[in-house]
Amino acid sequence: MKVSAASSGGMMLGFSWLASCNPTEEQALSMPESWFDINAFIKIGENGLVTIFSPNPEIGQNIKTSMPMVVAEELDVAWKNVIVEQAALDTQKYERQIAGGSQSIRRGWQGLRMAGATARHMLMEAAAQEWKVNVSSLSTNKGIIKHDESNRTMSYGQMAATASTLKIPEKVELKDPKDFKIIGQPTKNVDGEKITTGAPLFGLDFKREGMKIAMIEHSPAFGMKLKGFNEEVIKSMPGISDVLVINTAPKEAAWSNVNAFTEVIAIVGNTTWQVMKAKKALIVEWEWDSPAENSQDHELKLEQSLQTGVNEWARKDGNPEQTFKNATQVIEKTFSAPFLAHNTMEPMNFFAEVSKEKAELIGPIQTPESTGKSISNLLDIPIENITVMLTRMGGGFGRRLYGNFGLEAATIAYNTGKPIKLIYTRQDDMTQGVYRPAYKVKYRAALDEKNKLVGFSIHGTGIHESPVYENRFPAGAVPNYLAEKMSIDSNISTGAWRAPRSNFIAGAEQSFLDEVAEAAGKDPIDFRLELFDHAIKNPIGTDNDYDPQRYAGVLKLVRDKSNWGVKTEGVYRGVSAYFCHNTYVAQVLDMVLINGKHKIKKVWCAIDCGIVINPEGAINQAEGGIIDGIGHAMYSNLTFDKGSPIQKNFDTYSMIRHHQAPSEIEVFFVDNGIDPTGLGEPTLPPISGALANAIYQASGQRLYKQPFIQQDIKLG
Amino acid sequence: MAEFNLKINGTITKIDADPDTPILWVLRDHLDLVGTKYGCGIAQCGACTVHLNGSAIRSCSVAISTVGDQAITTIEGVSKSISTLENIVKEAWLTHDVAQCGYCQSGQIMNATALLKSNPSPSDKEIDRAMTGNICRCGTYTRIKTAIKTAAAQLT
Repeated sequence: MKVSAASSGGMMLGFSWLASCNPTEEQALSMPESWFDINAFIKIGENGLVTIFSPNPEIGQNIKTSMPMVVAEELDVAWKNVIVEQAALDTQKYERQIAGGSQSIRRGWQGLRMAGATARHMLMEAAAQEWKVNVSSLSTNKGIIKHDESNRTMSYGQMAATASTLKIPEKVELKDPKDFKIIGQPTKNVDGEKITTGAPLFGLDFKREGMKIAMIEHSPAFGMKLKGFNEEVIKSMPGISDVLVINTAPKEAAWSNVNAFTEVIAIVGNTTWQVMKAKKALIVEWEWDSPAENSQDHELKLEQSLQTGVNEWARKDGNPEQTFKNATQVIEKTFSAPFLAHNTMEPMNFFAEVSKEKAELIGPIQTPESTGKSISNLLDIPIENITVMLTRMGGGFGRRLYGNFGLEAATIAYNTGKPIKLIYTRQDDMTQGVYRPAYKVKYRAALDEKNKLVGFSIHGTGIHESPVYENRFPAGAVPNYLAEKMSIDSNISTGAWRAPRSNFIAGAEQSFLDEVAEAAGKDPIDFRLELFDHAIKNPIGTDNDYDPQRYAGVLKLVRDKSNWGVKTEGVYRGVSAYFCHNTYVAQVLDMVLINGKHKIKKVWCAIDCGIVINPEGAINQAEGGIIDGIGHAMYSNLTFDKGSPIQKNFDTYSMIRHHQAPSEIEVFFVDNGIDPTGLGEPTLPPISGALANAIYQASGQRLYKQPFIQQDIKLG
Repeated sequence: MAEFNLKINGTITKIDADPDTPILWVLRDHLDLVGTKYGCGIAQCGACTVHLNGSAIRSCSVAISTVGDQAITTIEGVSKSISTLENIVKEAWLTHDVAQCGYCQSGQIMNATALLKSNPSPSDKEIDRAMTGNICRCGTYTRIKTAIKTAAAQLT
């Protein structure tokens, strides 16, 4: 349908009826009849409705909302006229489709902006051609292109078809951050409606006609392998179609090499309950192929490693040995933490439909590219014939970086020739490894006669890795400094767990500094600020990986917001600050005692993550990190007996519960216009320090060992 | 296998399954009602919470043979409900943008809805007591509590 739309120029324009009648910025749009691909991130309907593809895996960090917000900002459309779709794995179209290290926003920032800005430019270019005017004489606002001189307007939808045929410009201008209209606005989760109505969203919810359910049985202990089992009995059980042994030891190791149980029994059947019943009926013979470990041995090994372990790497500034000899006061403390399970609320699962030539994978994975590659190598299927679709994930926390369950699903589907959805039971999930390593670290601090921190040393070990970051604070702020790393081997597998290493070392360091500040007779915030001042004016070494100005900035912000220094009767306060994943965080935790039991009344949290894309999601992440951090430091524990995890489900493995969460959390952001950094992890690490320091104020007792709940704390 | 006539979200539905099958797997596998989530299988995490005659139960641990003519309501049933309470709870969840990963939230909503039905203005302590069986690893507890209070304020 052709309609004359130009009011002044009298020009005839071809455009859809749907988009006619003077397009306005405030119009809410319905579904279009056709879509035009502008680039990998954007397609636009003929009526101006926009679909933005969110490239990275969504694990609850809310990038499915915030990444498209960045694209929409530069594209200059009304957010209400944006539909968000999760992109599948596509290495041609997207870079770094990984959820890890709190890097999606930081690493995605420029590319997302460019995607929006180039598309906007192409739409304007199309309009310029249509109107035969210079593109520089055009402006845009919320999906409407305007030629000011002639007062003509056109919607993006009208130009989408033409724009989709234009060459992508090499250079475009990005917005000045002060002109942002979407970035900085509190914006609701794009999946909120589906989440609250129970619509299928997660990997576990995926279903395809003819699909079977698969489960695995791995060995009950680390160090054991399969010898034999009652295969015929299981095969004859109702609803069971296939029983097999699979081996998924990957030929290519990235993100797949931490699976301790590569050989497992797989059971395939019609319904989940039938397969679960068959799994329960298994009688399996296992045999040892490496020694059984237990928690007492781990404790001894960690202690020995600290005493006599081989130093893997050290940073040394000045003369720490002499400084400790000459010190007026030396404070030495050792901190430790146990293994932890990830416990994403959605257990591991994956859908696979695989033939000899091709594989289709659908499910929750933080590293889809590596999963595709590993499956290609394992099953000898060309990588170009493997597709990986991403579902929303019921939590990641690092567990879904390791795609062994994807390999298992693909192998089961390959061997049975059936489309299957592999489901782990909670017990499979919790007893399967990839745990947060167990850590132990010894700190020493030397104070001179003026109570100045003149020497600092840190020796850290763990199974399988040291938690020490040698170039982090207080490196650079102390003239004599020593950092040493040790590690211990084990047949228990460990991996990245929300804020790897930082999740333990931050709290240990911040508890220790609290104790050192007290020994020096100084307020804990003043004491830290003195150190930052040293690092600002006279930094030691050149490899320090933090900006002391920004670090001090969040500490001052939380000090001011929490009225630090003003004592309230019955309120016990602890402070902590940490820098990791490129983001600075400082926290004050207020604890009260109710009938001799502690209650966290309030947490004050100051954050410097640069530009905040979505304050609603950012505050939610901060709150979550704080609660998650308190929970794991206070309650969670995974221990071993004869190579087997003692805690196998939530009846024995403690997770923080509603009543244990802080009553209130208030979050403050530093407004500095710096390019954004991530928020999925940084608020978790320091909070265990603030918690321990508040408990000390309430009880006079320092806490050196996690979980804190198992220490005999006498409050009040 | 046996035949059961279950009243689910207001409709009598014929199910052919083993009598010991938990309600959870009948909902998910037989009826494609996947809003009810599997979390632990032993009634410890609350992800599978549904209503049985209006009371919150853990559907992973209740066999269909024990249901009889009691009414089962799931998140899908609740979200389609025209009743004010259910809509108020859902809207409160959206207003406070409660979810992070979102996996546990249908169980949280089902439990909160049952709480507010029996106690339209719960105290903080009563909210804690009622909700303590629902785990959220993302740590959305403070938002959940705020959402429950917002809903309660609109109910009274």
